[in-house]
Amino acid sequence: MHKSQILDWLRRLDQVYTEKKDYLTDLDAAIGDADHGINMTRGFAKVMEKLPEVADKDIATILKTVGMTLMSSVGGASGPLYGTFWLKGGLAVDGKEALSAEDFLRMIEAGVDGIRQRGRPEPGDKTMYDLWAPVVAALKTRAGNGDDVAALVAAILPVAAKALADTIPLQARKGRASYLGERSIGHQDPGATSSYYMLETLNEALA
Amino acid sequence: MKKLINDVANVVKEQLEGMALAHPELTVRYKPTFLCRADAPIKGKVALVSGGGSGHEPMHGGFVGQGMLDGACPGEVFTSPTPDQMVACAKAVDGGAGVLFLVKNYTGDVMNFEMAAELVAADGIKVQNILIDDDVAVKDSLWTAGRRGVGTTVLAEKIVGAAAEAGYDLDRCADLCRKVNQYGRSFGVALTSCTVPAAGKPTFDLGETEVEMGIGIHGEPGTHRSPIAPVDVLARYAAEQIIDDPAYTRTVREWDGAGWADKVLTDEPFARGDQVIAFVNSMGGTPVAELYAVYRTLAAVCEEKGLTIVRNLIGPYITSLDMQGFSITLLKVDPEILKFWDAPVKTPGLVR
Ligand SMILES: Nc1ncnc2c1ncn2[C@@H]1O[C@H](COP(=O)(O)OP(=O)(O)OP(=O)(O)O)[C@@H](O)[C@H]1O
Ligand SMILES: [Mg+2]
Repeated sequence: MHKSQILDWLRRLDQVYTEKKDYLTDLDAAIGDADHGINMTRGFAKVMEKLPEVADKDIATILKTVGMTLMSSVGGASGPLYGTFWLKGGLAVDGKEALSAEDFLRMIEAGVDGIRQRGRPEPGDKTMYDLWAPVVAALKTRAGNGDDVAALVAAILPVAAKALADTIPLQARKGRASYLGERSIGHQDPGATSSYYMLETLNEALA
Repeated sequence: MKKLINDVANVVKEQLEGMALAHPELTVRYKPTFLCRADAPIKGKVALVSGGGSGHEPMHGGFVGQGMLDGACPGEVFTSPTPDQMVACAKAVDGGAGVLFLVKNYTGDVMNFEMAAELVAADGIKVQNILIDDDVAVKDSLWTAGRRGVGTTVLAEKIVGAAAEAGYDLDRCADLCRKVNQYGRSFGVALTSCTVPAAGKPTFDLGETEVEMGIGIHGEPGTHRSPIAPVDVLARYAAEQIIDDPAYTRTVREWDGAGWADKVLTDEPFARGDQVIAFVNSMGGTPVAELYAVYRTLAAVCEEKGLTIVRNLIGPYITSLDMQGFSITLLKVDPEILKFWDAPVKTPGLVR
């Protein structure tokens, strides 16, 4: 995966969050406080403002800038979580101009580890971690197969889609949705949904 | 939606601009956004900083001033502020004795303030985060993110602010804040939803003849709905939820100077003979006169249960935009807490 594809990924992601703003907010209205789409759109609009300043730097610098920007503009629970995700992901691929499948795995693994440390989610808590944990497991089993990043992402996308749907029957135990108790069952987690868009959009950017 | 706003995107900023004009004793900064006492930093005094989503005014910005907060970080409406705001604010108010972050227990606030504490500590400033989690409508901490921070926040900001003014060091301020949190309990009732400007429509639908019991301060759903009833019934229910609440145990994370340490805390229930501060709060849309009707019932229930109300606070202090409804907070006091409650305070939102 070359740097230009990462930049393309980020630009597409900004568009996707703008298109899905109301949908993400509606998901959050059902089990949260109706701001997730607004938060993500605000964050990626800021990322688009910052991107020209670092577009010619290495991948790590770009990813770290995305993290710092999200951290200081998203707010809510997803701000520190996504901020840490991109920041830690960037730190894991220091100095690179292109990412191999192994680099990509390291980046995602480090980012997801950041989410785990920050939010301390357990599997099944109905959070974005329930999307990422199976994705990391699937990436690990495939990353050594000789696939490039594009093939790898295409291969794990169905895993992500299933993980996303699997958040629906869960009862939330973390975040605002946990206050609903059993009433959180039957709704898809907004954070897992915005995380799914990251992979879906990456798949499109690499196609 | 009918609101006194211009562009929804500028709601928070324009309101802060008005506040800055009205209160020259405050400094308001943008990019990142925070408020602080114009005379900050105060050398040798522990600085108290709080923050959270906007929409709860006068909390927190209106409680910046002598005897209360040194600084406040407002987020977007109902969305937690970000670490860069908190770090900038902490640096602006630290007078060398360290900074106490007063954090309401919501996942977003907790995580953003934790990141801020790590960054502030890395800059060599002494820092501590103390959580406020007093909403008895949330029963257990294992299956949820724990009790939300509500009315006790206002009382803690007042009491710990006075202690800082009196020269308490950071550890003593943190200990007092933790004690106030453990001595305070709250419960809220909504008669209507609120409307977030960016959403443009009410957060939830509540029928003409329904009330939502156990509501938080963001329009998050309560424990259940019930038919509208006389104020005597609603106020008694809220008071009993608080007074009859059993011991509550949870694990909190506090900064130990180098990293995060888990601490198990248990709040003991109220007992006959306790002296309390009674705080009756409007959610924003309920007139103060109706709060006195709540207070009338609350006083009777306290008397039945053997609690003595030694001080009270009645009015809109921690609101939920335009929501109609009220919350009750009872705070058990001891001589230390009472002394600092009675100390002078001079802020836009609370003066004594
Ligand atoms: N402890 C946690 N660990 C991992 N993910 C979490 C945690 N808590 C919440 N989340 C994720 O965050 C998402 C909600 O993000 P959102 O931007 O709506 O923040 P929020 O909870 O509304 O914060 P705020 O109330 O401050 O606005 C959830 O859908 C969930 O995926
Ligand atoms: Mg939300």
